[in-house]
Amino acid sequence: MTVSPDAVEDLIEERKDVDTSDNEREIGKARTRKEDERLITGRTKWTDNIQLPGMVHLVMVRSPFAHATITNIDTSEAKTAPGVYAVLTGQDVADQQGSLPTAWPITPDQKAPPHPAIAVDRVAFSGEVVAVVAARTLAEARDAAELVDVDYDELPAALDLKEAADDTVLAHPDLGTNKSAFWQFDSATAETGGSVDEAIEAARADGIVIEREYRQQRLIPAFMEPRSTVVDPTGEQFVMWSATQVPHILRLMLSLTLGVPESKVRVIAPDVGGGFGGKLQVTPEEIITFLVARHLRKPAKWTETRSESLMAAHHGRDQWQRLTLAADKDGKVTALKVDLLADMGAYLGLVTPGVPILGAFMFNAIYKFPAYQFNCTNIFTNKTWTDAYRGAGRPEATYAIERLMDELAVEVGVDPLEIREMNWIKHEEFPFTSVCGLEYDSGNYEAATERAKELFDYDALRAEQKQRRESGDPVQLGLGVSTFTEMCGLAPSRVLGSLSYGAGGWEHASIRMLPTGKVEVVTGSSAHGQGHETAWSQIVADRLGVAFEDVEVLHGDTQISHKGLDTYGSRSLVVGGEAVIQAANKVIEKARPIAAHLLEASADDLEFQAGRFTVKGTDQGMALGEIALATFAAHNLPDGVEPSLDSDATFDPVNFSFPHGTHLCAVEVDTETGMTKVRSYVSVDDIGNIVNPLIVEGQIHGGIVQGIAQALWEEAVYDDQGTLVSGSFVDYTLPTSADTISFVTDNTVSPSTTNSLGAKGVGEAGCIASTPAVVNAVVDAVRHLGINDIRMPCTPERVWKAIQSAGYHSGETTAEAQEHFVEGEANQDQVGNDPSAAVTGEQS
Amino acid sequence: MIPTAFDYVAPTSLEDALSALAEAGDDAKVLGGGQSLLPVLRLRLNAPEKIVDLSRIDSLRGISDDGDTIVIGAMTTHDEVARSELVREHAAVLAEAASTVADPQIRHRGTLGGALVHADPAGDLGAPVLALDAELVVVGAGGERRIPAGEFFQDLFETAVGEGELLTAIRIPKHTGWGGAYEKFVRVSHQWSIVAVAAVTRDGEAKVALTNMGSTPLRASAVESAIADGASVKDAAAKAAEGTNPPSDLNGDSDYRAHLATVLTRRALARAMGG
Repeated sequence: MTVSPDAVEDLIEERKDVDTSDNEREIGKARTRKEDERLITGRTKWTDNIQLPGMVHLVMVRSPFAHATITNIDTSEAKTAPGVYAVLTGQDVADQQGSLPTAWPITPDQKAPPHPAIAVDRVAFSGEVVAVVAARTLAEARDAAELVDVDYDELPAALDLKEAADDTVLAHPDLGTNKSAFWQFDSATAETGGSVDEAIEAARADGIVIEREYRQQRLIPAFMEPRSTVVDPTGEQFVMWSATQVPHILRLMLSLTLGVPESKVRVIAPDVGGGFGGKLQVTPEEIITFLVARHLRKPAKWTETRSESLMAAHHGRDQWQRLTLAADKDGKVTALKVDLLADMGAYLGLVTPGVPILGAFMFNAIYKFPAYQFNCTNIFTNKTWTDAYRGAGRPEATYAIERLMDELAVEVGVDPLEIREMNWIKHEEFPFTSVCGLEYDSGNYEAATERAKELFDYDALRAEQKQRRESGDPVQLGLGVSTFTEMCGLAPSRVLGSLSYGAGGWEHASIRMLPTGKVEVVTGSSAHGQGHETAWSQIVADRLGVAFEDVEVLHGDTQISHKGLDTYGSRSLVVGGEAVIQAANKVIEKARPIAAHLLEASADDLEFQAGRFTVKGTDQGMALGEIALATFAAHNLPDGVEPSLDSDATFDPVNFSFPHGTHLCAVEVDTETGMTKVRSYVSVDDIGNIVNPLIVEGQIHGGIVQGIAQALWEEAVYDDQGTLVSGSFVDYTLPTSADTISFVTDNTVSPSTTNSLGAKGVGEAGCIASTPAVVNAVVDAVRHLGINDIRMPCTPERVWKAIQSAGYHSGETTAEAQEHFVEGEANQDQVGNDPSAAVTGEQS
Repeated sequence: MIPTAFDYVAPTSLEDALSALAEAGDDAKVLGGGQSLLPVLRLRLNAPEKIVDLSRIDSLRGISDDGDTIVIGAMTTHDEVARSELVREHAAVLAEAASTVADPQIRHRGTLGGALVHADPAGDLGAPVLALDAELVVVGAGGERRIPAGEFFQDLFETAVGEGELLTAIRIPKHTGWGGAYEKFVRVSHQWSIVAVAAVTRDGEAKVALTNMGSTPLRASAVESAIADGASVKDAAAKAAEGTNPPSDLNGDSDYRAHLATVLTRRALARAMGG
């Protein structure tokens, strides 16, 4: 077919009657996700599906020892095995592999060992790569990997976090210490508040001081799609496909680590099956796959097994928290002091040292604390390195303060909700500058809490709890509260700079108006399950007045989305979504003079609404699609106007956003077995304005389960040799849908003031809020027996042993139980933290 | 991941399966539903030279009524056992236990015979089979043997099935009119049993067997005698851990398991008795 100018005019004519009036109401619709059909049916590209001509398959040989010197590696037999192209050791690539990057040195004197992709002469954790086998088929690579003969001399391993802090055994002898860095925030020094020591002193004299030690156990992100990387070295650029959250950061870091010009590297994150922070990383295996492909000049693929994933993909959490809370006699908090030990594991990953720092500003939570101090010591051990995991720092902080507020309520003798209300920031006090110096944009803790209480039937449950205690019911009821906030929208670049982070926190978007009226949206935020394609389409449909179906969202390929800072920290909508809005605004402004010219009107007389420019006071108008086609044809544009409506926008937020919410949980604890069952769960989240309520509900549900899993089920456990005992899903007990209940979720809306969408971020909320809600409920169920803590995960064994230590016998009434308590026989402090009571904890 | 290379045969008759096994000697492994064997192979914890797949032998599948006895083919899946009217009526505890195995996918592939021969002490099928006084039919070159369940389980992952022999069927005396209950304790639903108790009862009589309280499924004889002697359920159940040697692992130490056994036995007895 030939396209004549007349045909173009005809097309423009046809477009005049399109009704776009409904498109403007896209934001807020509970649309099902447009990407789900391909994701659920698997009719899409995952990295492991990619097959390239001549591609070799890689298998990693990993250390079985936590800490050892490599004395010899014999690869001769493996090299001659059928199908094998290459076997590379750390010695072979020592001069090429560089050291894996850390983007966040938290202090100028931070200590860190070199981080080779393949260990050269020493391994520092069980699972570290010592060699790679490349073969024609995966089976041949697997067979040959067994033939690689590695000799090790075992070294003493630093395994237990507290012991490692004493430097008795060194994780890296050359560093001379296990301490990587010490980081402090002090409100007196920062002049954002008073002196904690003075306030604690005063409270000791006349007030309340609560001292506790909480354990954040080690967790494994356990994303659904195992990590996978393909590198194609043929052609002018190296192309890497990887199951990553961060294609843009990965490209930059590959370039910096390996010395390959950034312009010679293209990174593609095709569809990616989840991450939870676990794929916010530049991994040894990505570097190794790149090196092998370059060495062999053949495409290479590596896909991990689930066992490898659990053992060697980075872990999360793993902290000891020592806390001192001071309050006056009425329960008004006067100071909080936090001393953290944070387990880095064997190496520093991309943002490992910064994870506890992300929590530093959140221990004060929704409360008005006059004085605050945070001290964190980052410690190396001979275990898999830790890094970001859903919430990254904020769940740890929220857990600590929400547990403490319950302890304070008990001390004062009031309901946990009452103690919170006494201390929280009131609605009329927003915007509020916290004791950390952060400005909370908006919030309404009163409204969220009121709604949650109503949905939960709080008072009726308290009455039932009382009745069960009095009758000595073997199944006790506990109610748990969590009134959380978090900082989302990572992040204002200046703030990141002030915290020594290596990059900014802006996000980029482009919009391309196609001649047929379709719209391509390019986002730098790289979705891996969040539903960006749907949400971004809704935003653009709403803003430009085009049909939802006409918007295509492109992402995850550095050649298409040339600029971006990717997806983590609940930042995509708040930062990336705002960039999309700004790009859309630019499209409208570029279209305006063209519309004015075609309508023979003054640009100032045009209104843009529901996808149409109309001349004020007339029925004359043009749809954006018409203008797009006219711009493409460029036959009749005003002088000096470029024939393009395409636009780019990069948005750097001026502040974080601060979603919050009230989560209430009821658990039943079987005192005969120690088993905890979640009975009901209500969440009322305030995440500002909502683009798609269905996606929000999905994020909240998944987050709540993930947080409950930390409270009740999950723990990465090492034995005293440094071997991961919970190295499969038999022992790393992830919940399934069969283990959860139906949650009641609702929202209040306090729009964010930091972006025009008014959105706050929801990716981590459920996970941050639910862990303390559940543990508070478990402790509440057995509090009357004299128990004030149970270490996470609150396994039936730990709960039962805590009850045993309290001297309680199932079936006793509250009065009988309290006799033990009063006698002082009960193990009041730290039941769960007593090594004798926590048999299945880290025994390393 | 990928197992080491092996030869694979899928005979269609029992005779062919036996001769395939005889040929390979102890280098062969028998494939039932594959729910335990395949992970073992993929993790390379075992590297047999030959796999004899029983899935094409029709005679090994199905549940039939043989007078006073129910006969369950070794290759019958957990799901089929759980849903069988015959099993539910005459051996309810077995149907209940089968319905708790792992998750639906595994119950549709895993087989009763495979699970019994695998003899994982945390597996759910040993205890009900033991409590029901089942007989296990084993066929080898020397013909057929019927082994009482009490003699079948010998140690961790070890049964009385000899080299070259196959478990073909499980014969369960009908316990028509008896109460039955399987009390299983897990932290997450798809987990192996931390402890579980199978109880089969009628007036003044109880048969009780324990899952994961030692290296094999165990009869709780002390509980059974106490019930026979007229003890209360509570007092009888307190003896559940007598003579056991439960393991310690991430889910609980042996003391905790011993305690759980008493609680679960009490609950299983009470439920089986209709309480």
